[in-house]
Amino acid sequence: MATPLKTKISVPRSRDHSISGVKYNRSSSKRNNFEMAAWLYMRISGVLLVVLIFGHLFVNLMMGEGVHRIDFGFVGGKLANPFWQVWDLLLLWLAMLHGTNGMRVIIDDYAEKDGVRFILKVALFLASAFVILLGTLVIFTFDPCPAGADPELLASFCAAP
Amino acid sequence: MPNTSKGTLYRGREGMWSWVAHRITGIAIFFFLLVHVLDTAVVRVSPEAYNAVMSVYKNPIMGAGEAVLVAAIVYHAFNGIRIILIDFWKNGARNQKGMLWGVLVLWAVVMIPFIIRHAMLVFGGH
Repeated sequence: MATPLKTKISVPRSRDHSISGVKYNRSSSKRNNFEMAAWLYMRISGVLLVVLIFGHLFVNLMMGEGVHRIDFGFVGGKLANPFWQVWDLLLLWLAMLHGTNGMRVIIDDYAEKDGVRFILKVALFLASAFVILLGTLVIFTFDPCPAGADPELLASFCAAP
Repeated sequence: MPNTSKGTLYRGREGMWSWVAHRITGIAIFFFLLVHVLDTAVVRVSPEAYNAVMSVYKNPIMGAGEAVLVAAIVYHAFNGIRIILIDFWKNGARNQKGMLWGVLVLWAVVMIPFIIRHAMLVFGGH
């Protein structure tokens, strides 16, 4: 192998896996397959996200008047339809978990100090959890025809009072 | 590059730079995603508030930003499929360089019509 062992980078572990004084920490002694599951998840969710995001971009930016069409009435019309509710919910969860895992890997790669890595990951996981929960709440509690709103701004199916 | 690096896919040249671009586009898309869920969440505030936030996306400067975002997404998507093929297709690693050119060609094939249509929509006259 061309790459020499980098002995200076310390990886925090409950115990090192060493043979004859050489650390072989890549073969973890932890009894779970989290990293393999994460690796596999990136590939499976990636394929689904290509379809979901290309569809999302086509409907929202290419059809009709594109970005000019997007307003409360447009989103109300979409989110009143269970098809788009499921679509957006899948998008939200798959994309946020895909992105969060990607950021986790990048933090592990570049943040060498234990404390820095820990703080960055706590910030990442809190931000991700907040965004996933907020987005889910919006999809399930959204009212396309809120009482007392200006009917001009609502989807066409909202009956005039 | 020294000969010792032969056979490593992710060190130097196309293999490495496609990986660097995959990371950079991934980070950019992630931060946009955080903002995008927050701006969409404004639909729970009021129709007026949501329309005010959306009007920000409709000015031409943001229109250019949307084009950059879509360019990043399309690259990340196609290069992601290339990575999957490298990992799962038995000839994937051998053909990684050729597949990168495929990614770039497909990227151009998607982006050229997208940019034309998006520019027409953003600058009106649709």
